Amino acid sequence: MAKEKEGEERIGVFVCRCGVNIGGVVDCDEVARYAATLPGVVCVSVNKFTCSDSGQADIQEHIRKYNLNRVVVAACTPKTHEPTFRVCCEEAGVNKYLLEFVNIRDQCSWMHIWDHEGATKKAKDLVRMGVYRAKLLEPLEESEVAVDRNALVIGAGVAGMQAAMDLGDMGFHVYLVEKEPSIGGRMARFDKVFPTNDCSICILGPKMVEVARNENIEIMSYAEVVEVEGFVGNFEVTIEHKPRYVDVDECTGCAQCAEKCPVEVPYDFNEGFGIRGAAYVPFPQAVPLRAVIDLESCLRSEGKECKACIKACERGAIDFSQEKKYSKVKVGVIIVAPGFVTYDPEPRNDYGYGIYDNVITTMEFERLLNAAGPTEGHVIRASDCKEPMRLGFINCVGSRDIKTNVHCSGGVCCMFNMKNAILLKEKRPEISCYLFYMDIRAPFRGYEEFYNRAREIGIRFVRGRPSEVIEKENGNLVIRAEDTLKGVVRNIEVDLVVLGTGIVPHSDIEKISKMLKIPRAADGLLMEAHPKLGPVDTVLGGVFVAGGASGPKDIPFAVAQGSGAASRAARLLVTGKTKIEGITAASDESCIGCGFCVDACPYGALTLDEKENRVMVVGAICKGCGTCAATCPVGAMEQRHFKNVQVEAQVKNLFALA
Amino acid sequence: MGAEQFEPTFPKFEPRIVVFCCNWCSYAGADLAGVSRYQYPPGVRIVRVMCSGRVEPVFIFDAFKNGADGVIVAGCHPGECHYVSGNLNAERRVENTRKALDYLGLGAERLRLEWISASEGMKFAEVMREFTEEIKELGPSPMKSRLNRCENHEISRD
Repeated sequence: MAKEKEGEERIGVFVCRCGVNIGGVVDCDEVARYAATLPGVVCVSVNKFTCSDSGQADIQEHIRKYNLNRVVVAACTPKTHEPTFRVCCEEAGVNKYLLEFVNIRDQCSWMHIWDHEGATKKAKDLVRMGVYRAKLLEPLEESEVAVDRNALVIGAGVAGMQAAMDLGDMGFHVYLVEKEPSIGGRMARFDKVFPTNDCSICILGPKMVEVARNENIEIMSYAEVVEVEGFVGNFEVTIEHKPRYVDVDECTGCAQCAEKCPVEVPYDFNEGFGIRGAAYVPFPQAVPLRAVIDLESCLRSEGKECKACIKACERGAIDFSQEKKYSKVKVGVIIVAPGFVTYDPEPRNDYGYGIYDNVITTMEFERLLNAAGPTEGHVIRASDCKEPMRLGFINCVGSRDIKTNVHCSGGVCCMFNMKNAILLKEKRPEISCYLFYMDIRAPFRGYEEFYNRAREIGIRFVRGRPSEVIEKENGNLVIRAEDTLKGVVRNIEVDLVVLGTGIVPHSDIEKISKMLKIPRAADGLLMEAHPKLGPVDTVLGGVFVAGGASGPKDIPFAVAQGSGAASRAARLLVTGKTKIEGITAASDESCIGCGFCVDACPYGALTLDEKENRVMVVGAICKGCGTCAATCPVGAMEQRHFKNVQVEAQVKNLFALA
Repeated sequence: MGAEQFEPTFPKFEPRIVVFCCNWCSYAGADLAGVSRYQYPPGVRIVRVMCSGRVEPVFIFDAFKNGADGVIVAGCHPGECHYVSGNLNAERRVENTRKALDYLGLGAERLRLEWISASEGMKFAEVMREFTEEIKELGPSPMKSRLNRCENHEISRD
């Protein structure tokens, strides 16, 4: 196949010494001499650092002088340097897909540092493979698609709100979709936030109002994204709006309906402490400040004709005829910020939580501390409603534990538990607090000082993971733990145990990951495109991630990520267009219409045109994995840049010299 | 890992291993092995594809035809595939190809599927060393001597 083309390809081979990284092991001159003998190669050059300015200038000079139409660079790894040399080639008029990168450093000289002869031989083989592949490479064009200038933000916690606000301020229309009846997320439930211990809702509340006031933000609360179709720049999103049974235009959030509602159910906003009616306003600072009726617990769901809320509402806002509605929106970018949940302790394994009345989680304790909480800020224990005088805080419940979740919650729950102990101790210095920990992680600004303050005000830190908690008859609890610093087993009696539960994936994460096809990391949370250089990008074009969904984060980190995701997304929205990778699938007329590839495609980028009996590729959806090409029984489906002949050219030249 | 281990003593059999690596996990894992200087024998050659799901049985047979003693298809761990599920396609395909290799008399043990993530440089090197040793035990691929005997055969290069 390539024979008739021979003579047309003018290949230049550029061998890099990379200082001594390659040159110290591989005989680069020998490799270059060998490369010069290969068919199609018209020039070779050896450089000390091919990626340097002078090295790149050398490539461009050679391209012009020898009229090259293929470039083979034998150097480090395409993972880091292919983009550099692609630009270099393109500047000199060679299509960037006509560059072949041969890895003779990471996968050759560094692999065989003592075997100079073997490494040189291997480098020659690798270059030979590259030259034969380069001969068959074809120029490709990246296609350009328009980007819809609307954005979707999933989740209106502090990260999602920040992202929506940043994009809204830039003038882009944002759909902010929140599952709960109010925006605010988890931060709205906190009492005070570390390390400055300022009131959480006092700083979040104004931000929530600002979001509502931003004319570019369309809040869709009590709604969920159920389907996403399309690709970067052109997503079509289906949103399910749950019925509130309240006319939001009429409701003023006066909560009269809530007062009159005869139903009593545990108040979810207060972590199940206290009660609310079936009709309720989520919390006093809710945005939108509108009532909602939870039909599942409403008497009407039992067939009773209760009209308490209807009668109570002066504005006649209650409307039981509402039904689930669906709406479709078109957006160019999606920011995913569904947040996290805290680990749900198991009664059997986690210190008797759920069995002993006086073992609670740190989120529950948070609500008890909160002046707007069920006890108006008075910490009491469930068994006898007395104020506990001795408290035991246990860190790392459901984190750093091989039985439940091996991952650390990133210092967030160390700080969280410590903060709660400090708040309590500040209110009532006579209370004694024990904090059981494995390691204290206090990494950011002001956190170490916070830890020191906790120790100064008399919180007793016990280094050791408690083995068990035993309940006494009076409801008191004995925490049994080895104090690993003292080397003794301690039995400490306390009145209340607070479990510092770890951060685990939200149940929605799996749904979102499947819906959008964002991979998940080992901890079950959404995976970023690159752990260091792409922390808010995902591997999907036009989809970004922010906040706790991609790993445990404290508030400043979540806010930074929200802004980060917004600015990454804005790059696409501002330019209004984006390029789509040229490595995509393509079918030809030999297609027999069997449709095997359609089933194999993970993206649904292939459709079987039944009239033509041929599979068609939607280029913009195709991500270029090539699974279809491998599946095709007749070779009609090809992956550009990795065509059968191109890969086979390498395979045929694997061991030419060995 | 000393130099002496790889010193060729004639007529020592140095297995030739071909590894098809996916661009995102295993190829990056192979790079990391290099960055960390975890050594393995130079008989190993890596062919980069975007996804392990791209690797066709034809590539594997071609590798054997062109002198490979063993072939590895390496991709991302299940659930971590850059292309969602390409690696699961690779898994099925490798399983079937292994059966075919048994029928052909080459032996399923000459083909392996490995999940190697971008962070598993050490695993990459370990797998290469281990597989090389295994192939050493098995001896050269029977395909080679068969092809050598075939008069008309020449390894076509283009």
